[in-house]
Amino acid sequence: MKKNLLLTLLLLLLAMFIVACGGGEAEEADSDTATTADSGSETADSSSTDTAADSGEVVTIRYALWDSAQQPAYEQCAAAFNTANPSIMVIVEQAGWDDYWNTIQTGFVSGDAPDVFTDHLAKFPEFAVKEQIVDLQPFIERDSVDTGIYIEGLADLWVRQGKRYGLPKDWDTIAVVYNADMFAAAGIDPAITDTWTWNPQDGGTFEEVVAQLTLDANGNNGLSPDFDKENVVQYGFIHQGSGGFSGQTQWSHFAVSNGFQFTDGPWTTQYYYDDPALAETMDWYVGLIEKGFAPPLADVTSLGPQQLVISEVGAMTTDGSWQIGNYVDNSTFEVGFGLLPIGPNGRKSMFNGLADSIYIGTEHLEEAWQWVKFAASPECANIVGDTGVVFPAIPSGVERALTVREAAGVDVNAFTDQALDPNGTFLFPITDNGAEISAILDPTMDSIVLGEADAATALQEANEQVNALFDE
Amino acid sequence: MTTSAASRPPLPSLLKRLFNQETFLAWLFLLPSLIGFITFYAVPGVRGLYISFTDWDMLSDPKFIGVDNYVDMFQDKQFWRSLQVTFYYVILNIPLQTVLAIGLAVMMDRVTKSNIIRGLFIMPWLLPPVIVALIWLWMLDPTLGFINNLFQFLGFGRQPFLGSPDQAMPSIALINIWQYTGYTALLFFAGLQTIPKSLYEAAAIDGASERRIFWSITLPLLRPVLVFVLVTTIIGSFQIFDTIAVTTGGGPIDATRVITWYIFEFAFQRFQMGYATAVSVVLFLILIVATILQMRILRADESDLA
Repeated sequence: MKKNLLLTLLLLLLAMFIVACGGGEAEEADSDTATTADSGSETADSSSTDTAADSGEVVTIRYALWDSAQQPAYEQCAAAFNTANPSIMVIVEQAGWDDYWNTIQTGFVSGDAPDVFTDHLAKFPEFAVKEQIVDLQPFIERDSVDTGIYIEGLADLWVRQGKRYGLPKDWDTIAVVYNADMFAAAGIDPAITDTWTWNPQDGGTFEEVVAQLTLDANGNNGLSPDFDKENVVQYGFIHQGSGGFSGQTQWSHFAVSNGFQFTDGPWTTQYYYDDPALAETMDWYVGLIEKGFAPPLADVTSLGPQQLVISEVGAMTTDGSWQIGNYVDNSTFEVGFGLLPIGPNGRKSMFNGLADSIYIGTEHLEEAWQWVKFAASPECANIVGDTGVVFPAIPSGVERALTVREAAGVDVNAFTDQALDPNGTFLFPITDNGAEISAILDPTMDSIVLGEADAATALQEANEQVNALFDE
Repeated sequence: MTTSAASRPPLPSLLKRLFNQETFLAWLFLLPSLIGFITFYAVPGVRGLYISFTDWDMLSDPKFIGVDNYVDMFQDKQFWRSLQVTFYYVILNIPLQTVLAIGLAVMMDRVTKSNIIRGLFIMPWLLPPVIVALIWLWMLDPTLGFINNLFQFLGFGRQPFLGSPDQAMPSIALINIWQYTGYTALLFFAGLQTIPKSLYEAAAIDGASERRIFWSITLPLLRPVLVFVLVTTIIGSFQIFDTIAVTTGGGPIDATRVITWYIFEFAFQRFQMGYATAVSVVLFLILIVATILQMRILRADESDLA
């Protein structure tokens, strides 16, 4: 009897709590939609902003990026911005790639995302569809910002149906990174990178170089009949892993130079992962591991391929321009940068651009926009360029980055030459369903590079799943 | 309740009885944890159950879709695969960890009396799990890690450990056994203190061997503690997340994509909170069934001391 009463009391209490919480939530949701609806017009900014601005208080803008190498550069930009706009203070927050996106996405849900954040082509379509980032077009028109100052094509990557979700900050291409000392020891002239060729059948002269740079414990290189692939002490090629859905630094340049293309262009709804040109490329890629010229996947997954090159486990790799500083600053040997090999379809590098986006839930929309505008201005591009960490989206910034690297005796023209070659680049695939595509391709590419799945079959299957996403 | 209305005492006297001094005190003591339980467990739990019947991306309003999430889940090969991976981890983790912990506890009790040595055993547990996972990630690195250098020095071949689909889960299980055995042993050690010393003295007089003492006295009398430890560690084991998040991220392929990682991926990377919650509900049910089974099989509510 007593038990029953207690139970009833408990349930009653529980019900009260649920009702109370439910009520609170409904109110919350209401106010949320209100802010979302209002955020388009500036006048309806939240009252707290107005009071802050009126009383001359300093507004703090949180700005997030994932590349720790760029943090000092953007802190300099923030300082310059603060000098020009004393009422706005920008705090730069940094988190590594995986944590970065988890933080941003959970931040959307909790309403605590940074006001401005570095956005990626693979991510922004979803954020735009879910209405988490601000359309910058009205601001650009109001302040007559010239989007023509950026390197051609970069600004338009962020436009969809007349709405613009970011202003460009930097770009990147892929080139070969090599250990010049190992090249010299093997008697290979680095000039070969200007003319070397590649194909998925025998790997061309590129694979010859890779083989020549691979050494076993007895000192035999990969071309020797006595080469012992079970006892490799120096790999000719450090691959960058399995690459997921884009293969940006892994296989995309090989595959596209073999005639593969991801899609028919931005915002299309069909992928071509089932193209035999990709399967062939992957077979060759896995073949390098089987031949002992490249390390097994496990070796590059934990500490990363960069660490293997820096630790002199291998002679070269393919990597993005944002990693230049990592190699140059941390290696005890001379680092060289060479062009990618010429494939059956030419020499191709992925061309990717980053931009700053504004979180829709920001309480300081106007101030956030001022910062985005500044971060995408020639002034900030020059500051970033002077550090040499990345290639800014504005040509004058690129010049400065090149000058800085040249002064330090490092030739990074392989990246810029590739970008300037009119047929030298292809775009990062920009479509909807990025997260779902990634969830399908990540394990697929893993199993191919681990040698556990046949490339053609696995890619065929994955492609069907990917394209089915667009049918819904 | 209404059926026995006649025999029910009038309300005021009932309230009086309910709030007589002793019960009142009891409720007072229970209140803080009751509030915590209701706010952080009961309410979110009930809400979670509701969310599991919706299609919700956390950013727009949830849409009620009935049991669709559950239907999708049971048809998803990856769901079954992650259940399988989770069970595999539990089997790798629990038996070895429990046996080692009991052994450690008995040694702490019977062999050493030094508090310093006893304290050393729980050192790994004092480290934050993320730090533990990071240290092991570096030590187990296939090319640059300490363990592989040691292996090569001893003449074994290099092992991929966390990078290989076959070795990843055993590696993670070993990392967690390393971290939690000391703590589990401490619980057993506490349990050992409740066994009357007179029984050991009697056994010594009878000339029983150390092994006989263990099997006939220690283990049977440790049973209530064993049940508690097994229930909590198995629940903890099903919920393994931090080590995997730091070391493998569910890979290679899907070798370590345990159920909690599967839930995390759907909830926070793919914005499918409704589906993720439905999977959580299923995990909850699995844990309840597992717990009830253990209590039944090990007769948790009885003690051989009585």
